[in-house]
Amino acid sequence: MSFFEEMADREHVFHFLTPQASPVDVRHGPILYLEDVNVSFDGFKAINNLNLTIDDGELRCIIGPNGAGKTTMMDIITGKTAPDTGSVWFGTRHNLLTKNEPEIASLGIGRKFQKPTVFEALTVFENLELAMATDKRVIPTLRAKMRAEFRERIEEVLVTIGLKDHRDLLAGILSHGQKQWLEIGMLLMQKPRLLLVDEPVAGMTEQEMERTAELLTSLAGKQSVVVVEHDMGFVRSIARKVTVLHQGSVLAEGSMDQVSNDPEVIKVYLGEEA
Amino acid sequence: MWLTRPLRERSTQLFLGILFAALAVVTLLHVTMPQNSALYVSSYTVTLMGKYLCYALLAVAVDLVWGYLGILSLGHGAFFALGGYAMGMYLMRQIGDRGVYGDPILPDFMVFLNWQELPWFWHGFDMAWFAFIMVMLAPGLLALVFGFLAFRSRVTGVYLSIITQALTFALMLAFFRNEMGFGGNNGLTDFKDILGFNLRTDATRLGLFIASGIALAIGYLVCRGIVTSKLGRVSIACRDAEARARFLGYRVDRVQLFVFVVSAMIAGVAGALYVPQVGIINPSEFSPLFSIEIVVWVALGGRATLYGAVIGAILVNYAKTVFTGVMPDAWLFALGGLFVLVTVFLPKGIAGLLAKRKKAKPDDSDSGTPDGTATDKPSGQEATA
Amino acid sequence: MGIFRLLTLLLFALAMPIVANAQSEDRSEDPGQDLLVNLADAPASKVEDAIQTIVKSGDERARGWLEAYGNNRLSRVKDTGQVVIVLNNRGRDWEIADPLTGENMGEMSRRDLDRVAINNRIRGQLEGILAMLDLNAADPDVREASAQDMMGKVDASLVAPLEAQLEAEENAAVRDRIQAALAIYRVGEGDVEAVDVLAGSLHPRARAALNEAVRGGDPAMVTAAKNALASIEQKLKLNSAAETLYFGLSLGSVLVLAAIGLAITFGVMGVINMAHGELIMLGAYTTWGMQQLLPGQPGLALMLSIPAGFLVSATAGIIIERSVIQFLKGRPLETLLATFGISLILQQLVRTVISPQNRTVVTPDWMSGSVVINDALSLTLNRLYVLAFAMIVFFALMMIMRKTRLGLEVRAVTQNRAMARSMGIRATRVDIMTFALGSGVAGLAGVALSQLTNVGPNLGQNYIIDSFMVVVFGGVGNLWGTLIAGLSLGTINQLLEPWAGAVLAKIIVLVFIILFIQKRPKGLFPQKGRAAEG
Repeated sequence: MSFFEEMADREHVFHFLTPQASPVDVRHGPILYLEDVNVSFDGFKAINNLNLTIDDGELRCIIGPNGAGKTTMMDIITGKTAPDTGSVWFGTRHNLLTKNEPEIASLGIGRKFQKPTVFEALTVFENLELAMATDKRVIPTLRAKMRAEFRERIEEVLVTIGLKDHRDLLAGILSHGQKQWLEIGMLLMQKPRLLLVDEPVAGMTEQEMERTAELLTSLAGKQSVVVVEHDMGFVRSIARKVTVLHQGSVLAEGSMDQVSNDPEVIKVYLGEEA
Repeated sequence: MWLTRPLRERSTQLFLGILFAALAVVTLLHVTMPQNSALYVSSYTVTLMGKYLCYALLAVAVDLVWGYLGILSLGHGAFFALGGYAMGMYLMRQIGDRGVYGDPILPDFMVFLNWQELPWFWHGFDMAWFAFIMVMLAPGLLALVFGFLAFRSRVTGVYLSIITQALTFALMLAFFRNEMGFGGNNGLTDFKDILGFNLRTDATRLGLFIASGIALAIGYLVCRGIVTSKLGRVSIACRDAEARARFLGYRVDRVQLFVFVVSAMIAGVAGALYVPQVGIINPSEFSPLFSIEIVVWVALGGRATLYGAVIGAILVNYAKTVFTGVMPDAWLFALGGLFVLVTVFLPKGIAGLLAKRKKAKPDDSDSGTPDGTATDKPSGQEATA
Repeated sequence: MGIFRLLTLLLFALAMPIVANAQSEDRSEDPGQDLLVNLADAPASKVEDAIQTIVKSGDERARGWLEAYGNNRLSRVKDTGQVVIVLNNRGRDWEIADPLTGENMGEMSRRDLDRVAINNRIRGQLEGILAMLDLNAADPDVREASAQDMMGKVDASLVAPLEAQLEAEENAAVRDRIQAALAIYRVGEGDVEAVDVLAGSLHPRARAALNEAVRGGDPAMVTAAKNALASIEQKLKLNSAAETLYFGLSLGSVLVLAAIGLAITFGVMGVINMAHGELIMLGAYTTWGMQQLLPGQPGLALMLSIPAGFLVSATAGIIIERSVIQFLKGRPLETLLATFGISLILQQLVRTVISPQNRTVVTPDWMSGSVVINDALSLTLNRLYVLAFAMIVFFALMMIMRKTRLGLEVRAVTQNRAMARSMGIRATRVDIMTFALGSGVAGLAGVALSQLTNVGPNLGQNYIIDSFMVVVFGGVGNLWGTLIAGLSLGTINQLLEPWAGAVLAKIIVLVFIILFIQKRPKGLFPQKGRAAEG
């Protein structure tokens, strides 16, 4: 084990000493780095020798047919699923495989689920409040007070996601699209360095999709964003670089035009005879 | 501060007002009325009501974990009983040489079992402060160890319910054993006095009743303080969407552990106040039946409201007193029926009915529940194993 | 003997003289006549031969004759010379019986009778000789029992006849016993070589003889005996391990029976049925009721209880499902509470309608007793039957789930309810059938349990927590897991019992499971992959 890794481990042990937004070392380019990752469920290889690099500030779209391993990949990055082999690094400092979900979240990786999950028994405002980047340990949470700056930040995000008028409604009664937005809003409150967004526009109207595209592109540069999406039109509207996953590994990578002309990709998407 | 915040909300003021008024009325009637008056509250009734208050406190503790954290504990009787045993041990040591065998140190049952010296874990219980700390520490520690293991491994939902039940069952079997050193079958009894006051006098009984009321008030305040804090909202978050809470950076297991331990300690206090009033503690308090009964008090009163738990506990136990007096055979039928009826027809309990009536009259201001969520949350989403 | 005498007395007392005369005619053709006369006539030096002749004859009545002889009850009628057995020798008139037919011959003045003399030396040998008698019986079981009886009772006078017997004996088991009996005697006499024979025996008397030898002075003998004892000890340990395993499997089979129905309702439907224990209780009470209906035929009643118990509990299950559980779909914790309420009601119902006391269920003859494997190990039959029954029920259920249409539909509904419905499977009907099946199996468990424990209102309560532990330990939704978990938990429990005591063993097992669940929250055999995540 290298000296640096050991230092990283020490940081992990003395968790309470680490500053809230742990510095992510991106001097060497990539913010997320997956190498030779393999996962299998009962013999089925969900992820097969996956290699993927996301640069700092990049907006990356990931597409692929059902069962290509898109969601499993997100699970691995966020610590929900442990891979059988391989390594996953956040910057050059943080080995994500040694950390659990809350730790990864507080390092600055935010995730939006495929199915919108918000806290339905809480109001929109409270949902955002809980997502806010603050000290998330138990006792500080118990003693937390709503400060003016927090309130301002929440109001700001409420405007961004267009739910200002619904701030005191229970999240459970929002429409599907509004829930998607709320969840994105919660991601914004987290101030993450890397956003993982799983099917953000499912169930959205044309108009809402446009706004989402706007929002995601505006985030890029400041934050790295990884979008998994089925809707090709949407992907085309935001994508600069696209990665195609197939049977658990990268099939093609490049601009949308490059990728959509790749014969391999066409075969996968349109069937064998194509 | 989080503990005083609830004092500003209407519902808490109302609850504490009613509670203290009830304490005052009972005390007044008991002290001032002549014995033959229709308004006289006998010492027996005072103790009975003290008992109900202890149950109410226990129900509040269960509601804290079940209502706000979604953890259905079928083993809270164990924490209650541990608190009770800690108090019982203190009361046993207070007997001194007034026991049947007159041994100045050893309680009667130890002399009877031919034990020569006090087991190590009985030391210190002759001091009230130590015993009172243990009342909270013992159940707290059990909850800490058990909860640490369980929550770390993400055991939730029905699994957790079943193993909490196994926990209290195992403890019951253990406490039945004479070798454990807690009096076996018979438990601890024949108490003489507490803090120097004779347990048989009316004044002491009244004192215990008032103490139970105050404990209920404090327990309620603590729980209310937690649920109205940001931690309370995080608890609800963990209850409804555990994964989401985790991806937001909350250590769900720590949140669960904290609330669970607090709840266990409150249950311990309830047990400790219960024991001197009923005069005995034995392993039957560990029985799974008792633990699951507590849950039905909460279910009847209404989950995730806290005051509903109090209403439920008092109602069910009053009914139990009446039934077991008039037709004892019918009690289990009634209790069993209650389980079924509440879950099928009254999922939000009595508190749910009250909230509905309130909504029917829109002019009534709703400022009583500032977080606006406690009574309106969808029920039964907590466990999809 | 006493009863036999009394019966003949009652039956024949009045008609005696006539019958006696009628019988006396073919008396001369009975070989017993000669044997007895031979004994009565024998001079003191020939008595032993006469006795041996009787023994060797293999006559079934020989025991009675020799016992009477040893008790001074053998006499001759002075007038006729007929040998008779004296039934009652008090007073002047003695009551006598014919030794050949056993029938009562009425009373006769004692002056007309002549006692057949016996000296003390013969009397001393007689016990051994009587034991030898059974060694000649036709039934090898009787011979074996008698040889076993001789162990530790052999004295010098019996050595020669036993050795002769050994020569003649062909049955291996009987030979072993005779050899052991002889060896015990020889070890007592200081014969070191005989120790080897005993080294293989598990009989307590063999061990007693060896222990005696260890206390003796002869160093060669002490060493040999010690070695032999050690090897016996080894064998005993093995046997007691086998016994523990048997009890463990037996307890395990009970747990499997109790839990398997739960595994179906909990594992397949996700329904927590806290009234499961009471469905078991209903099955047990059905057995009791059946036996009340068919008094005197416990076996038939038991056989009929198997379908009846299944039906009763299945019906109760259907009622519970329709009246409560269907309204609580997707709310497992509420279901748990509601079914717990039902369990209280059912218990109280039994207390009120039948009795709060335990009821006795008779074990039919063919289920009582035990199978003797060797001197140290015998398996009680009822447990063996329950074990077999549990296995049959388990594999039948396995077949139902795997091979039948119902099983297919159940699995389909389990995996994807909406999809199954759209394929035309009536999910509601499947729910009912599944619940009925799980409940019916609980009834079967009750029928089996009635043969092992008391049948009372609390019967079910005692098993519910254990059953849940088994299901959770084995992994929900996995019948094999339930089988393995049940059997292993039963065995672990029995293994712990000797040094921890029953209660502590149970506590240890519970704590073990609580810890285990925390290590592997999904049990021994979890379902893996994406489907299990949701």
